[in-house]
Formats: sequence, C-alpha cells, structure tokens
Amino acid sequence: MEILMAFIVGFLFMAATYLMLSKSLLRVIIGTAVLSHGVHLLLLTMGGLKKGAPPILNEEATSYVDPLPQALILTAIVIAFGVTSFLLVMAFRAYQELKVDDMDQMRGNDQHE
Amino acid sequence: MTALHIAILSPLAFAFFIPLLAKYVRRIHTGWFVLILPALLFIYFLRMIGMSANGETLKAELAWIPSFGINFTAYIDGLGLLFALLITGIGSLVVLYSIYYLSKEREQLGSFYVYLLMFMGAMLGVVLVDNVIVLYVFWELTSISSFLLIGYWYKREKSRYGATKSMLITIFGGLALLGGFILLYIMTGSFSIRSMVSQTDIILSHDLFIPALVLILIGAFTKSAQFPFYIWLPDAMEAPTPVSAYLHSATMVKAGIYLVARFTPIFAFSEVWFWVVSITGLITLFWGSFNAVKQTDLKSILAFSTVSQLGMIMSMLGIGSAALHYNHFEYYLVSIIAAIFHLINHATFKGSLFMAVGIIDHETGTRDIRKLGGLMTIMPITFTITLIGAFSMAGLPPFNGFLSKEMFFTSVLRISEFNLFHVSTWGPLFPILGWTGSVFTFIYSMVLLFKTFGGKYQPEKLEKPAHEAPLGMLISPVILGSLVVIFFFFPNILSYRIIEPAAESIMPHLLAGNEKFKVKLEGWHGPSPELYMTIGVVVLGILAYLTLTKWKKIYRLFPEKLTLNTLYDRTLYGIEKTSNKVTRTYMTGFLRDYLVYVFLFFIMMIGGSLVLTGGFSFDTKGNAEIGAYELVLSAVIIAATLTTIVAKSRLTAIIGLGVIGYTIALFFVIFRAPDLALTQLIIETISVSLFLLCFYHLPKLSFKPRTVKFRVTNVVVSIGVGAVVTLVALAANSQHTLNSISTYFIENSYKLGGGHNIVNVILVDFRGFDTLFEITVLVIAALGIYGMIRLRLEKRGEEQ
Repeated sequence: MEILMAFIVGFLFMAATYLMLSKSLLRVIIGTAVLSHGVHLLLLTMGGLKKGAPPILNEEATSYVDPLPQALILTAIVIAFGVTSFLLVMAFRAYQELKVDDMDQMRGNDQHE
Repeated sequence: MTALHIAILSPLAFAFFIPLLAKYVRRIHTGWFVLILPALLFIYFLRMIGMSANGETLKAELAWIPSFGINFTAYIDGLGLLFALLITGIGSLVVLYSIYYLSKEREQLGSFYVYLLMFMGAMLGVVLVDNVIVLYVFWELTSISSFLLIGYWYKREKSRYGATKSMLITIFGGLALLGGFILLYIMTGSFSIRSMVSQTDIILSHDLFIPALVLILIGAFTKSAQFPFYIWLPDAMEAPTPVSAYLHSATMVKAGIYLVARFTPIFAFSEVWFWVVSITGLITLFWGSFNAVKQTDLKSILAFSTVSQLGMIMSMLGIGSAALHYNHFEYYLVSIIAAIFHLINHATFKGSLFMAVGIIDHETGTRDIRKLGGLMTIMPITFTITLIGAFSMAGLPPFNGFLSKEMFFTSVLRISEFNLFHVSTWGPLFPILGWTGSVFTFIYSMVLLFKTFGGKYQPEKLEKPAHEAPLGMLISPVILGSLVVIFFFFPNILSYRIIEPAAESIMPHLLAGNEKFKVKLEGWHGPSPELYMTIGVVVLGILAYLTLTKWKKIYRLFPEKLTLNTLYDRTLYGIEKTSNKVTRTYMTGFLRDYLVYVFLFFIMMIGGSLVLTGGFSFDTKGNAEIGAYELVLSAVIIAATLTTIVAKSRLTAIIGLGVIGYTIALFFVIFRAPDLALTQLIIETISVSLFLLCFYHLPKLSFKPRTVKFRVTNVVVSIGVGAVVTLVALAANSQHTLNSISTYFIENSYKLGGGHNIVNVILVDFRGFDTLFEITVLVIAALGIYGMIRLRLEKRGEEQ
C-alpha cells in the first residue's frame, strides 16, 4: 500500500508542479492546493499505514496507528487552508487592479524594479 | 596606554577637533593649529634617537582583543623610528606648505586636515605596531585616507577616477596582505612580528611559506606602486600638491618598502624573495624612468620618477638579502644601507620637488612643460630648489642622491659576483638594468629642470603672469633642499644615529649578542667603477637630452592599446558589462523562470544526492496490503487530477480540485484518521465555496497558444519533481531505523492528558504550542484578507 501511495503522492507533486508553472494565476493557486494535498498524503504514508486501530483509546484495541503524523497533518491542513485562501484573495485583488491573469504580463518593468 | 600609544593615536584624536576649529575660528587658517601636532611628535621622536642608537627598543602593550591575541602593541626600533621621523618631519613641512597653498576662503580646510591627520595617524600606526592585525587595520586606514585625499576636489571627474583607481588597487593589495598575515599566523601561532621573526626556521620549512611570501609581496608592491601595480600613482596626482608631496612621494608609497624591510628577517633566506623583490624593483626602476621622459605634465614626471625610485629602493632591499648567505656579510650589506639611505634622500628631494612644482602651478596656473619656460629669472628661489632636487634625483654631486646612487651601483656590481641562486647566469642583468634606468632618470631630471626654467618665457600661454611665491610657501622646500645638500657633505650624521639601528632591524640575524653594524658613508671614495658608471650616465644623458626630439618617436612604438592603463580600464569595464549581461540572462523577471530554477535545483540536489550516495533502497517489509477501496480511490484521485490539469473552464478546474480534496478525506477514513477526515471534509468544502464565491470575479482561464518548448520544459520539470518525490518516499519507507516515539503518546494520553482521543491530546496538550501558532496563522490570514479587501491606499490617495 505504501508503494502505491508513494506513486500517488509523486503524481500529485507532478500535477502540482505542472500547474504552478503555467501562466494563469488561477492555475498556480490550484497548483499550490494540489501540492498541499500531496504533502499531507506523504506525511501520512511515511508514518506507516493501517497498523492498528484509529488513535482513540478503547478497551478492545491492542495497537493503534501512529497518532503523531495525524496531529502534524491536522496542523498542516489548517495552515494550508489559511495560506490558500489568502492567495486566492490576493489573486482576486490583483486581477481587479491589473485586469490581467497572465503571470508573464505581471513582471516588474524598469520603473518598478 | 603609554606615551607611544598616545603619540600614535593623537593625530586621529586631534582630527575630531578640526571641524570645530575650521568652523568657529575662521580668522586663522586651520593649518596653523594642525601644524602644532606633527611638530611636537617630531620632537618626541627625535628624542628617541639616542635610545635607538644604543640598540635599544621600546615595546608597550595595550589590550584590544586579547582572546584572539590581537593587541595594540606599540613597538619602536631603528626602522620604525626612521619612518616615524619621516612621517612627522615631512608631515610638519607639508602642513606648513599647505597653509600657504590652500586658500582659506575657497577650500574646505576642515575636511582636508581631518583626512591628512587621519592619514598621519594611520601611517604612524603602520610603522610603529608589532601586531600584524593592528598593522593591517592601520594599513587600510592609509588607503582610505589616501582615497579621500586624492578625491579632495570631488567635483572633478579625474579626481574621482584617480581616487577610485588607487582605492581598488591598494585595497586589493591590502586584502592579499591580510591573507599573508593569516597564513603567517597559521604557521607560527602568533600575530606578533617579533615572535614570527624568532620562528623563522619553522616558517622557512613550512608548506605555506611561498603563498604567504607572495601574498605579502602583493600587498607591498601595490602600495609602493611597483610593476605592474604602479598605474594608480600617476592618476593620484589629481590630489592637491601637498598631498602628492606627502603621501605619494615621501610616506604612503614607502609603506610597501617598510613592509618588505620589516619582513626581510622572516623571508629573506629564500631564493624566491631575492629574485622577486630585486627583479621587480629593477623592472620598476627601468620602466618608471623610461616612461617619465615622455610625460608633459610636471606632476606626472614626478609620479613616474617616484615609481622608478621606489623600484630602486625595493631592488636594493632584495639584493641586500644576499648578505644573509655569507659570513663576511659586509660586502653585500651595502645594499641594505643604500636602501635606507636612499629612502631618506628620496623623501627629502622628492618632497622639495613636489612643493616646487606646486609653487609653479600655483603661480602660473599650469603644470604643462610645453607652456612653461624661462622662469629662471622670474622665480629664482624656486629654480634653486628645483635644481637641487633634480640634480640630486639624477645622482649628481654635491647632492645626497649622488651618494645613494653610487651605493646602488656598488650593490648591483657586487651582486653580479654573487654565486648562489643561479645569479651567475643572470648577474649582468642587474648592473645593465640599473644603469640604463639611471640614464633615463638623468634625462627626465633635466627635462623637468630645463623645460620649466630654461628656454623662453611665454607669458601668452600662461593663465596668470608668473612671479615668485610668497615666503611662507618657500620655507618647507627650502628646508628640504638644504637637507639634500647637508646630507651630502655630512652623511655620517645619519649613519650612526639612524641608518645603523634601521639596518639592525632589517637584518637582525646577522648580529650576535651586542654586535653592531659599523656604517661609514663617504662623500668621495676615489676613482672606482661606480664613478665611471656615473660619468657614463652623465655623458650619455646629456647627449640623449640634447637629441630628445629625435628619438622621442620610439615612445610611439608602444601603442596606447597595449598599456597597463588600458588593460585596467578594459578589465573593469569588462567585469561590469559581463556581470550585467550574466545577471540579465537569468534574472528575467518572469516568475515561471524562477520556479523552473527552483524545481531544477530541487531535482538535481535531492535526486542527484540520492543517486550519488546510493541512498536508494527498496523494501516492502511491513507494508500494508492493497485493498479494493484503495485502488478505486487511487483511480478517482488520478482522474480528478488529470481533469484539473486539462480543464478548459474555471468551474471544471475548481470541481476537479474539490474531488481531489474529498478523495483525500476518504483516504483518511481508510487509513484510520477520523479527525483528519473530518477536518479535511470541512476545509475542502470551505475552500471550494471560497473558490466558487470568487467565481464571478475570477478571471477566465486563459488559453493562449503556447510554444512547444514551453510545454516540454513544464512537462519535463514536473515529471522530474514527481519522480524525485516518489523515489524519496520509497527510499524513506524502506528504511526501518528507529521506532516511533508515539508509544509514549499512546501510553500517556489518558494518564497524563486525561483524554481518549490521542490526536487531540497531542494537539492541545503534548504539543499545544503548534496549535497556538496555527491559530495565529489563521488570524493573520484573516486579517490579511480583510486588509486586502478593505484597504485601497492608492485610490484613497487619489481622492485626497
């Protein structure tokens, strides 16, 4: 299972990179969102998969899955959400002000370097 | 803090008060206040002559950074004292001269004297400290103050050019010097020159000996304007003439000479030292004098002449190291004595010549020899001074230059008999180069004298009618000119008190116990080969001077393009242009390009090190089984991702992203992470709603036609990143090194945290700080979004 997940994570990273390299600002933001998904899955996979019960203490379970990666991912999800929404609004504002979405047109000119 | 420390630092301390004096005491020329200090210092150092003549030295320590062994150790011996006397003596005369030279009304005297005092203090520091790091600090301070003084008339472009050039070259040398000092420290474990000298044996046999030698010589050669670093000196002539007289003839350019002399006890046993120092000196001597003849500006002639004379002193220091190889060293020691003697002589006659040239410039408005002429009867005193200086420079009796030139000939003749270091092969080179250089020296000295004062007076070419300078301006050059004559007739007033102690500092290894050198300088030593050489110089020199117009054409043989100045300018321009070009090629301004660099770097660093270190391994032990659900979910996530990539409309892309998010939540369910699944569902929902909320305001996905190259790069880079991540994940998963620390959390979640949900206990109890700052991140993001939407600074500015 871990091997399959490694390939899926790699695929997500690849898709994210491809999206981030495009010209459209919206696609760049979608790319960052995909990237964060890939990272979360990677974290979970590296902690080992399906080795016991969910990490909630009860009488029957003899072993639990590793709770630490889950705590880390939970933090990461929230932070990624904050950053993505910030980026989204920033792109929205940039589009409002500049009326362009093309990253190539959004480079500084000689007056603004 | 002893009197010696105070003496070294007093010019720097006094410099602080100069701006006040210049501002509030305007009736009196600031120079008069400044004059007091070097005069007092000169007297202070004069009183030390007795001590130094007895072979005693003075050493005083002042802690600066004791933990690194860097202490402000003031140390005075014969060599240091000689330089200190030159610095303060010539310094006093230059200050006196500058009082009449610089106008009280028109010039910014405050800055001038601040720089000058800064320089004087720095120079005293260079020659009077024992710690090489402190020496380096003062060394760079001389470069900086020299830079400031050359650029004194900063509104002139040439001044700025000259200042920059001298700064670049001398700082380059200074840094090399620092490198050399550090290598010496590595070899000896001490920053003290005295203790380095006592460890000469260790240094000589060390691998770092040659690098240290080369670095220190680069420092000395750049400062002392040796070949090929002399090019800054002629351009430094844009400085006010008192500065040229002081820094660029008598003191700063001799800092390199001082350094070579000071480090002779450490390096002089080696063959490399002998060859590099003496040959560089001789080439500089020849090249400087050869080039001086073609100059038409008086100060340029003097600049090249300084280069040439410094080369002569340098070569004598190199030749003098031969004395170390014989028991009967007196035969070769004459070279060292000649170097010291000429050092003093050069300071006297070159200082007076510069001052005389300054007077001519001041009184006629030009320094161009093509415009000058016939000033002999109009400016008789200046003429006399120039005559004394020029004849001394040419090496004629009865002036002190004659004595040192004779000794120079003696030393080059004797070195051709030296039978070590393959000198027998190259021996004749020494007298030939030295002698030809002297012929050219004679020619330019005569050019300097007779083109200015001889010939016809041409008032129409001058800016103002020529007349004799005011008395005050003449005092300093007259004093220096008198010294030139006095040192010829009574050279031995110097020998016992100054030259012997200085020679002892340069060659301490030659003396055992309380032995002392016995130096006797003679004005007349009977008919000798040296005398015939001088006669040859005079005869050939006169002939050459008279036929100057005929053979001057040979200077045209050297095209302007091949000069070192052109090389320097081209190099600077080339470096600037190339770096600009290089920067422009990769700093494109496109964010995408920078991302490509970042990703490529990632691929090469991570992927490369994975391959190179053989870190990749593959092991399926302990892996979970693949179930049907997971396969389905994997298929869904891949399909959703592909949809997102190829989507042509915004909505499809956003929904594709949503599908990825929800599939991830399902993965969390399968992998037994209930809290993650919950959070992921909620967050994904909010994210998608946020995207949809902005939907109408968001731009349409633009699909402009793109080049194939663009897509290929993107695809290749993306596949690379994905592959590297997969490989790293596989490799990491195959390592089973340490057990997880989570057993602790599982065991203590209820016991210490009082909760059943282990993840939540970790979040708020075991690792609560993470959560605190994650909340902070959310708050900042929220405030940021609010700010971005509500604040429109630009528009508000327009309304106002």
